[in-house]
Amino acid sequence: MRELIDWLEHRTGIETAVKSFLYEEIPASSGWPQIMGSMALFFFLIQGVTGILLAFNYAPTPGEAYNSLRYIMTEVTGGRLIRGLHHWGASMMIVVVVLHMLQVFLFGAYKKPREATWMMGVVLLLVTLAFGLTGYLLPWDNRAYWGTVVTTQIAAGAPGAGPYLVRLLGGEGVGVVTFARFFAAHVVLLPPLTLMLIAVHVYLVRKHGVAPAAVETAPRKKFYPQQVYKDTVGFFVAFIVLFLMAVFVQVPLEKLADPTDTNYIPRPEWYFLFLFQLLKSFKGPFEIVGSTVLPGLAILVLFCIPLIDREPMIRLGKRVFAMAFAALALVGWGGLTAQAIMTTPPNPGGRAPGFDSFQLRDWQKLTPEELSGLTFFRTQNCIACHPGAGKKGTGPDLTQMPDNHRNVAWMVSHFKEPPEVTPGSAMPAVRLRDSELNALSLFVLKLTPENEEELLLAPVEAVKGANIYRESHCSACHQLHGAGMKIGPPLDGVGDRRNRKWLEQHFRDPKSLSPNSKMPAYKFDEAQMDALCSYLLQMP
Amino acid sequence: MKENTLQENDQANVETRRSFYTAFIYGIWGVITAALAVPAGLYLLLPPAIRKESEWIDASDLGSIPPGVPTEISFQHKRIDGWKVTSEKTTAWIVRPDEGDQVTAFAPQCTHLGCAYHWEERNHSFVCPCHASEFSIQGQVLGGPAPRPLDRYEVKVEAGRIKIGSLEPHA
Repeated sequence: MRELIDWLEHRTGIETAVKSFLYEEIPASSGWPQIMGSMALFFFLIQGVTGILLAFNYAPTPGEAYNSLRYIMTEVTGGRLIRGLHHWGASMMIVVVVLHMLQVFLFGAYKKPREATWMMGVVLLLVTLAFGLTGYLLPWDNRAYWGTVVTTQIAAGAPGAGPYLVRLLGGEGVGVVTFARFFAAHVVLLPPLTLMLIAVHVYLVRKHGVAPAAVETAPRKKFYPQQVYKDTVGFFVAFIVLFLMAVFVQVPLEKLADPTDTNYIPRPEWYFLFLFQLLKSFKGPFEIVGSTVLPGLAILVLFCIPLIDREPMIRLGKRVFAMAFAALALVGWGGLTAQAIMTTPPNPGGRAPGFDSFQLRDWQKLTPEELSGLTFFRTQNCIACHPGAGKKGTGPDLTQMPDNHRNVAWMVSHFKEPPEVTPGSAMPAVRLRDSELNALSLFVLKLTPENEEELLLAPVEAVKGANIYRESHCSACHQLHGAGMKIGPPLDGVGDRRNRKWLEQHFRDPKSLSPNSKMPAYKFDEAQMDALCSYLLQMP
Repeated sequence: MKENTLQENDQANVETRRSFYTAFIYGIWGVITAALAVPAGLYLLLPPAIRKESEWIDASDLGSIPPGVPTEISFQHKRIDGWKVTSEKTTAWIVRPDEGDQVTAFAPQCTHLGCAYHWEERNHSFVCPCHASEFSIQGQVLGGPAPRPLDRYEVKVEAGRIKIGSLEPHA
């Protein structure tokens, strides 16, 4: 072993380099408060390792991204753990970075000659936040999509730079280009940039040495092993907390991003909530004060702190103004965050972010009208001639229809007079009402080789319920799964809010439960009521 | 004399503390590395959980296969590829005995390097054009570099239809 090290040392000088790094002299007063910088680096490494692992199973395009992440979380061994580490690691990294900054601030360690170290640190804070912001979009669920819509809108409102920022973020609306930009920033741009900034930051720390206390009495000591030991204790405690969170706290993955979901209340990750709340206090033309001016000023002040405060080092206990400033900032941040949490209602359906969406059956992803078409698909025995993908039947495979047939108008006329529309067709005419033919067409258009098998197995009760929903024109007032009007409340996830008894009573006499309701009473017989309630209660 | 012992004691204390620090640092770094490396290894090396059990695909009509002559049929099958399930066309060589329904279905790739082989009626054998591997009608290797007999699909006949299942694991 010794020989090997000597050989390497002779060729590379690695031993000398490591030793000079480890045996760096630090002030005797250094101790626990000074471990935060190392901790931030530790979390950066964890994020790097887990991020690379996630990238091995992740498809960076909208839609695919969601499916691949779901695959990571439900099928890949250890995938949930890896994502948990990455997700909660990001939050913990923010905490550690802020604590590091707070410590340096309170101890006055930014003072001459360490101004540049501090400024580089502020840049690193911004980079860390940029990681959080860009990473937020990558799961491509509703939470990611809507959160990013708000972010890009804020950027668009920036005075002067707005239109350019929009173009930089991939143009109007959050789509494939925005996604590519966020992914590239998160994975290609930011990691090497951060590494370089960390290198400069650490170089500066080493150049000036760890900041001493105002009065140092004992002689300087070595970084290794005592301070490294303290760092290691810090890593270990933080890692245990992170690991436990990754194992036991569910990482959110909501429904697939749905740009038509008008009920979704976007909100950012917890560490941005204070900005979200701040924004609410400014209305109309003053909005940019909350969205751009104040945050911009705050960053500027933070960056310039060493230039503002040029007093010589004094004892921590005497830094009353600094302490008051930090306390005020923390109270302000905490207060805004708490207010944001308390005043933002949970999203409709009370959907605890998580795995519910994984169990969504294919039929639950259809609108009521589309699903009601399955009623006629069954009564007309379409399957006898169109047995499904990969099976040979008299008729063509409905999942592989040519594009020019993929519209309701063509299908309805084809249903009415098959040989007229398609010469040589042996299909008998489908004798149904126009509205029913419409529904049938909508259903057939939804068939794909992937969902066909499962769709055709949709529960009879629910399909019947969907048909009653259609026949009763519920969508003239209510929205369900993105379809329908918004005169009445949306019915998505009504099962999370109401039970069957309530629904039945509400159908019989709406005013008895909601005095201001404009909904007429419906006289369903028992079977109809059962089917309709069963359908509504099962819709997410 | 007394002072000397004190100094020696001090020295010994410093040494003990130092070796404790070193052991702790190495130990904890080892634990953290293992706690990341083990899940990472499992994540990368273990096969993902299986989503669906294999299913029987209705592939062809038994009547369309002449007895004794290997015939290539094509059928749609579901391919599970990571997070994607795609329906794709694939083929199999079906061998129907002169009597009975015990058909055999060979996977269409040569077991050497995966080229598509075909049936040569003249030699009464399957021949791979890439490196001239040759297989008998039972799939046994007759010549060439092929390392093992042809791979087979699970297959059964129901009501005159050939149903193909998943690939049989090869020996």
